[in-house]
Amino acid sequence: MPETLKIGKHEFTSRLIVGTGKYETFPLMAQALEASGAQVVTVAVRRVNLTDRSKESLLDYIDRKRYTILPNTAGCYTAEDAVRAARLAREVGLSDLIKLEVLGDEKTLLPDPVETLKATETLVKEGFTVLTYTSDDPVMAKKLENAGATSVMPAGAPIGSGQGILNRSNILIILETLKVPVIVDAGVGTASDVTIAMELGCDGVLLNTGIAGAKDPVKMAGAMKLAVEAGRLAYLAGRIPKKLYAKASSPTEGVIAVKRGG
Amino acid sequence: MRIQLNGQERATEPGTTLARLLAELGLDKVRVAVERNFEIVPRASYASTALAEGDRLEVVTFVGGG
Repeated sequence: MPETLKIGKHEFTSRLIVGTGKYETFPLMAQALEASGAQVVTVAVRRVNLTDRSKESLLDYIDRKRYTILPNTAGCYTAEDAVRAARLAREVGLSDLIKLEVLGDEKTLLPDPVETLKATETLVKEGFTVLTYTSDDPVMAKKLENAGATSVMPAGAPIGSGQGILNRSNILIILETLKVPVIVDAGVGTASDVTIAMELGCDGVLLNTGIAGAKDPVKMAGAMKLAVEAGRLAYLAGRIPKKLYAKASSPTEGVIAVKRGG
Repeated sequence: MRIQLNGQERATEPGTTLARLLAELGLDKVRVAVERNFEIVPRASYASTALAEGDRLEVVTFVGGG
């Protein structure tokens, strides 16, 4: 039986969740989504463009039979606005899934923990399956789990920064402390960052800019797919402990050479 | 009468329903969601929702995002 990622009542064989933002064209995005092997894709909720109706819709390029849509509340700075965005998203997408993101600051795009917790509590009460974006603070992560978040999603590094997993220790503590799936969300720059997150034992990785901003997004999407799989396999396999000194791989007995100094 | 649509003022015929407004705007109702005075209007109620003077509407859809 294949190993799966369970998020509430939803179940996926891919552990990579990808965003749909920042692509030059929708066809390029569609190709990258396919190459990533992702089964869940994030979208944002925005006012419809009333002046230019000629623009194509993102939804024309996302096969709903193939991809589960995970709307976000990106751009919201208060619990109230995030809850409004989530309710609207549920109405557009007819799904209970929401990626909750309540930001505290425009420059760093770091989450506002107080508003994030408030919004999580409200949305859980309203029956949403809440995947909450948070910093890598283990205490906050636990509070979000206690508030009923279905998944907690610590940032590896600030959104779009491509800095990778900045604090592995915190991610490890979060993994040790939480029972719900932990998905690293944001800050991932390249395949090795994804692999590190998965090797630590994360249940999945969510990323957007790392693929959309690459010179060749389709190639990078393929790399990210493999990176998630490689990291997960390595985690399941169980790595060797790190040691200060060398330990020979070949037998030390029966060597033909004369032992130096002996 | 005048309403606020996505933050902009707009003139509409008195008694216009939400369904008619969306049709006038050329919007596919299965791809949008509407908030009227901070309350969600369920899709099934668009045809029976008559807009009133000063209504504040937010009409949203999904766009690319992370």
